[in-house]
Amino acid sequence: MTEQNPVNIEVREIEKANVLAEASRLHNEGYRLAQMCSTKVEDGYEMLYTFGKGYDLLHLRFTVVPGDKMDSISHVFPAAFFYENEIHDLFGVPVEFMTIDYHGGLYRTAEPTPFH
Amino acid sequence: MSTRSVVPFGPHHPVLPEPIHIDLVLEDEKVVEAVPSIGFVHRGLEKLVEKKDFNEMVFVAERTCGICSYMHGMSYCAAVEHVMGVEIPERAKYLRTVWCELSRLHSHLLWLGLLADGFGFESLFMQAWRLREKILDMSEASTGGRLISSVNKIGGQRKDVDNAMLHSFVETLNQLEPEIRTMVRTFLEDSAVRSRLDGVGVLSKEKAHDLGAVGPFLRASGIPFDIRTTGYLAYGDIDFEPVTSSEGDSYARTAVRINEIFQSIDIIRQVVAKIPDGDVAVPVKGFPKGEYMMRVEQPRGEALYYVKANGTKFLERMRIRTPTFANIPPMLEMLKGCQLADVPMMVLTIDPCISCTER
Repeated sequence: MTEQNPVNIEVREIEKANVLAEASRLHNEGYRLAQMCSTKVEDGYEMLYTFGKGYDLLHLRFTVVPGDKMDSISHVFPAAFFYENEIHDLFGVPVEFMTIDYHGGLYRTAEPTPFH
Repeated sequence: MSTRSVVPFGPHHPVLPEPIHIDLVLEDEKVVEAVPSIGFVHRGLEKLVEKKDFNEMVFVAERTCGICSYMHGMSYCAAVEHVMGVEIPERAKYLRTVWCELSRLHSHLLWLGLLADGFGFESLFMQAWRLREKILDMSEASTGGRLISSVNKIGGQRKDVDNAMLHSFVETLNQLEPEIRTMVRTFLEDSAVRSRLDGVGVLSKEKAHDLGAVGPFLRASGIPFDIRTTGYLAYGDIDFEPVTSSEGDSYARTAVRINEIFQSIDIIRQVVAKIPDGDVAVPVKGFPKGEYMMRVEQPRGEALYYVKANGTKFLERMRIRTPTFANIPPMLEMLKGCQLADVPMMVLTIDPCISCTER
C-alpha cells in the first residue's frame, strides 16, 4: 500500500459499478458502516468506504471520474445517507438513489462544493 | 387518523450548546420521523491540509473541538507518526493516556452538567461544573491550557510533567472521587431525575450495531465496544473493561458515562503508578508518505483519523470521522416513536458535539 508504513487494515480495490454488490455482501457478512471518505486525486475522486466487524476494519476503495455518478449504499447501510450527502455537498460527486437526499442542502457552505 | 405536522427543533434550543436542526414529523405528540440538517458551523478544517503543512495541522486538529481538543491533536499526531514509522517514547504514551483520560473526565462532567441543566436542575448543573473545574485545573497546570493544550507534536509531546505533579493529580482525584460519587447519586437515584430518563429513548442492541452507534451511546445498548481495549498508547498495560449497560435508554447512557468517570480516575491512578522515566519526544525528519487510519476512543465514542500523504510537507487528505457524526443516524432511529416533550432530553443523551461533526 505504501513504502513507509502499510495501512493498518485490509483494503479491497473494487470497480465503481460493483460498490452496491460489495456493500451488500459485507452487510450479509455482519459488517457495519464505519465511515465514507472522498479524496480528490488526479483522475477524479478516490472513495474509501470503511466497514467494521468487531474490532476489524475493511476498506473498499474505488475511483469516480469527474462528472460520473455513483450508486448510494444507503438502502443496504441506512447510515450511509449522511456520509453520501456530505460527499455530494463538499466534493460535488453525484450520488444516486440515496434514502434521504438533501440536494446539496446538508451543509450551508458559502461556496458550493468547496472541496471540489 | 392523526394529522401530521412538522415541528422544527433547533438550530438554537436551550438544551443545545451548538446548532443542529431537526425537522420532527409528528402525529399528535408522537414523533414518526426526524430529518436532521447541519452546516451552521462548518469550517472546512479538513481542507486546510492544502495550506498548512503536516506539522501546523496539529494545531488545526486540536481546534476541531473545544471539549476533546487534546484527543483530536493526539489522534492526528498518532496517525502521522504511524505513516512516518515514528515510535514515540514510552513516557510520551503514558502522558498522552493521562491527558486523554483527563479529557474524558471533564467532558463527561460537562455533559452531566448540561443534562442537569436540560431537565432544569440548576444546582446539580453547578455541582457538576464545579467538580469539572478541578479537572481543568489539572490540565492547565500540566499543559498551560485548560482546553486547548497544544502539547502534542509529531514525535511525542512538547512538555513533560514531573512525577510529583502526576502524583498530586492522583491525590486530587482521590479527594474528588467521593465528591463525584455524592453528586452522581442524584442522577442515578433521584425519582424526579429518573422519571425523565428511565425508559426514554431506547435504542436496541441490534439497531445500535447496525446503524453505526459508537461510544457510550453504543455501550449503553449492551455492546462492549471500546477501542481503548485494542491497547493503543498505554492502554495495553492498563487493567480495565468497557463499561456497558443493557437497557439502552437515557438512564443507561447516563449510568455508562458516570461509571466511565470512575473508570478514568482508576486508569489515571494505574498510569501514574506505572509511568516510566525518559524522554517525551523523538526527533522527526522528512515528510510523511503513505496512509493510515488511527482509531481512538474519545469521550463521545470512536473517532477515525485518516491521513494520506504523498511525501511532501502537505498532506493529500485528512479525514476525521467524529463520534457524533456516527451517532446521528442511530439518534434519528431512537427519536421515532417518542413523545415530543422527550426529544430535547433524548438528543442530549447522545452528548452531541456539532463542532466536531461539521469540522
